[in-house]
Amino acid sequence: MVGAQYFTGIDYLLSLPVILLTLFALGILLIDLMIPTEWKWMNAATALIGVLFAAAGVLKVQLVQRELAEHGQRAEYAFMHSLRMDHFAIYFTYLFLAGAALAILISVRYLEIEREHHGEFYALILFSVTGMIAMAAGFDIVLIFIGLELMAISTYVLVGFLRSDRRSNEAALKYLLLGAFSSGIFAYGLSLFYGLTGSTNLGDIADGVGREMAAHHEHATPVMIIALLTTATGLFFKIAAVPFHQWAPDAYEGAPTSVTGFMSVAVKAAAWAMLLRVFVWGLYPLRNVYLPLVVFVSVLTMTGANLAALTQNNLKRLLAYSSIAHVGYMLLGLVAFASVEYPAAVTDGFRGILLYLLVYTFMNLGAFAVITSLRQRDVIGDDIDDIAGLYSRAPTEAVLMLIFLLSLAGIPPLAGFYGKYFIFLSLVESGHYVLASLAVVYAVFGLYYYMRIANAMFMREALDPSRLPVSAAMKVALGVSAFATLFIGLFPNSFIQLVTWSLS
Amino acid sequence: MNITQFILVAVVKIVLAIWLLLTAVAYTVWLERKLVGHIQNRWGPTRVGPFGLLQPLADGMKFIFKEDLTPPHVNKPLYIAAPMISLVFALTSIALIPVGGWVRVAGVNTPLEITEVNMGLLIILGITSLGVYGVALAGWSSNSKYSLLGGLRASAQMVSYEVALGLSLVGVLILAGSFNLREIVDAQSGTFWGVIPRWYIFRWPPQIVGFLIYLTAAYAETNRLPFDLPEAETELVAGYHTEYSSMKFAMFFMAEYANMITVACLASLLFLGGWHGPVAGPAIVRAVLPVFWFGLRVFGFLFLYIWVRGTLPRFRYDQLMAFGWKFLLPLAIANVIVTALIVALRS
Amino acid sequence: MAPVATPFFFYLLSLLTLGSAFLVITRRNPVHSALALILGLLAQAGLYLMLYAPFVAGVQIILYAGGIMVLFLFVIMLVNLERAQREEQFNKQWLVGILAACALGALFVFVFWKGSGLFPTSLEPMAEASNTQQVAELLYGPYMFAFEIASLLLLVAMIGAVVMAKKRI
Repeated sequence: MVGAQYFTGIDYLLSLPVILLTLFALGILLIDLMIPTEWKWMNAATALIGVLFAAAGVLKVQLVQRELAEHGQRAEYAFMHSLRMDHFAIYFTYLFLAGAALAILISVRYLEIEREHHGEFYALILFSVTGMIAMAAGFDIVLIFIGLELMAISTYVLVGFLRSDRRSNEAALKYLLLGAFSSGIFAYGLSLFYGLTGSTNLGDIADGVGREMAAHHEHATPVMIIALLTTATGLFFKIAAVPFHQWAPDAYEGAPTSVTGFMSVAVKAAAWAMLLRVFVWGLYPLRNVYLPLVVFVSVLTMTGANLAALTQNNLKRLLAYSSIAHVGYMLLGLVAFASVEYPAAVTDGFRGILLYLLVYTFMNLGAFAVITSLRQRDVIGDDIDDIAGLYSRAPTEAVLMLIFLLSLAGIPPLAGFYGKYFIFLSLVESGHYVLASLAVVYAVFGLYYYMRIANAMFMREALDPSRLPVSAAMKVALGVSAFATLFIGLFPNSFIQLVTWSLS
Repeated sequence: MNITQFILVAVVKIVLAIWLLLTAVAYTVWLERKLVGHIQNRWGPTRVGPFGLLQPLADGMKFIFKEDLTPPHVNKPLYIAAPMISLVFALTSIALIPVGGWVRVAGVNTPLEITEVNMGLLIILGITSLGVYGVALAGWSSNSKYSLLGGLRASAQMVSYEVALGLSLVGVLILAGSFNLREIVDAQSGTFWGVIPRWYIFRWPPQIVGFLIYLTAAYAETNRLPFDLPEAETELVAGYHTEYSSMKFAMFFMAEYANMITVACLASLLFLGGWHGPVAGPAIVRAVLPVFWFGLRVFGFLFLYIWVRGTLPRFRYDQLMAFGWKFLLPLAIANVIVTALIVALRS
Repeated sequence: MAPVATPFFFYLLSLLTLGSAFLVITRRNPVHSALALILGLLAQAGLYLMLYAPFVAGVQIILYAGGIMVLFLFVIMLVNLERAQREEQFNKQWLVGILAACALGALFVFVFWKGSGLFPTSLEPMAEASNTQQVAELLYGPYMFAFEIASLLLLVAMIGAVVMAKKRI
């Protein structure tokens, strides 16, 4: 047998989470045919079990890796070095799975209200997570790109899932066009790197780029600069950094609210995983070249997003701009990483980004969960007027929302504080005092527009004073996110250790 | 072989092949009229020459001298180009079809095909898949509802059946391990126990299922009964060539028959051992006999084509699509999987 | 025989590709655009042949020219062309677009001029016969996982098309 010598059990074991997710997604598609409309929530349950199984799969991967490590073997690479299940990938896989689980929980009742409750929704979420894992664990630009497209196409469909709603259709179309366009630019850059180094493997690309740089006295050649610019443009599109952010507010506003939540955490985390993989593992030799670019984009992002968010009256748009602003802060972590030498850089800037993404997942999805629950049969519920007087309609939710908002603004002792703290600290350590103080100023801007929502919730009269019905699944989602936001804020040490572990 | 010789040999072979193909087309038409006539208890053509053998010539003259009518409101460039596209792609694929082994003529060794290409099969499939444009564009540019419906049907039908057609060949490709038609044919030479020829339909795993799928899909690809919906005369007048007359109509006609001959050649080459057969006698007979065996197989397929045409009624459009996607395609995939599994387990 | 007149064929095919690409965006009639696109794809297949990749060329013809573009044409044939032809072909920003395209083109020319020596000049020409095997070894070797994920990608695209377009699901 020729094929057998290629792959061994460890290859399949490392891809266990992907295999499990795919099986469950296909299973949902089949089971959906057989269950009547009022039992559609079963699909959500199946999807949740699938997520749990995938998490167990990741755990299994971890255990096997630990066992092999005791025998002095490293089992990170699979499928001829195209997949790399290192701690970084495992960390992000857990993050995606958490985001997907919360998004599934908040979707159930929302989809029933919208009368678009189909099994395909949950299958697409699982497929999307599959793509994300391929992006985070991919060590080959072909795999990363295909994973990106798998995630993106699933998300385009999820954004347009409210088929009778014009806003949803428009958002899906805009997202599709700009997404396809940016993927094209990204692929163009990657193809240039392939042309320059003769390999699609990130490790080989790093070696090849390093050799080229050494051959030209650490100056990037024109071809390399074009390759870097196009690649970076594609990546900045995907994380929605200014000036490539225009699709985000429209797509976030039109999408089903639970999908907006999913997009703003899991899809964004996946884009970040891809960006870090490419910039840190693949293009590390070029860090002095992309440093000014990242500084420029991050300043622009913080400025643009924070100013635009001040005047938004639509909650989903406001949170869209706030999530763009968070991207700006996270980019500062990359600035700190790129401006110091290797071992020191790993400690703070990079750790800050990962911790930020972790806490952001819970606090942002929590905020979107509250907005999702505002949707009623006859209320669209995404305007700032719709959240007015929430305290009198659903006091628990209002308080939880306040926690999420304060955390988003970065008030200690909530989780959001530690994300910002590490990044600002790393900036100061690497000598970027101006950038650090600028970021602090913009954080104050952030506090203003988050408090506008809080003000509406607690100080204004409700338009519709009836009590807000909250489903059990939603309560679970809210409880988990609020608990995580508080817990990470109060006991950050174990999470900092987790982040450090993920980079070891 | 120097460059002059190369060009000379190539030109001679091209002229010969085209002449052979066009003659074959003409006499396939004659054969069809004769056979269908007998199937329907008529005589078919009898007047021009003995057994009506000169009928194709008379038809050709008639086509040339008819008025070439271009209806108003057609999209003229495409209306004129469509029959040419059809005919060109139908004639091109013959360039890659070998009809026998190597021969030595006037001191030059040359294979019995216009050019030998390693990816022969793939390129033939590519060229035949382009043939659909002639039909689709004819339907669209005629600016007539019957033509348009015919063109739409043709494009949907040909794209659908192409999938099954391509997959039905994969079994043979797995066994042969090559896209080169000559290698595929040579792998089928000889016999088992002196009786059963080593054709791919008799090998283990037998490709008889693939062969039947190929046969069925080929009828649809060439728009022949029972799948001739693009030109269904009872519903669409004459389908995509309703608005064509004279030589332009003749071009579609020739393209259809040339395509029939191409798929018949492919079936013989891939499943039935090509030109291999018992060979004996003096050198000249040894050289000609393989070509004769090959021609016999192609004739058999054309006979089958006409027989089916005289026997089976036409499908309904939805039946056609359901049959292609829900029966032929899964069957073809199953054939690929079974063949691949058996080959993998055997090695 | 050794290949003859390769520069001639290269420039001919490149010219065909570029020319048909230009026609695709400038023709008013979408059917003509589609035909120009088919021509471009065929010329591209010719370029692949020149790179000693006959398998890729064949697949390009069968899949793109013979499959996907037929479906394109199928859809265009159903569109009301008279209305489409009356609509404005380019939007108001065509000047900006041309400027941006020219700037990008100038950048590429500059890069090519300054850095043409930076690309690996040529790879070993591979034996034509083994092209299919080479593709297979790559697909089922280092790109195995990506290949499998690509099948999911197609499945998701299919589900998406059905979900978005079907009236009742």
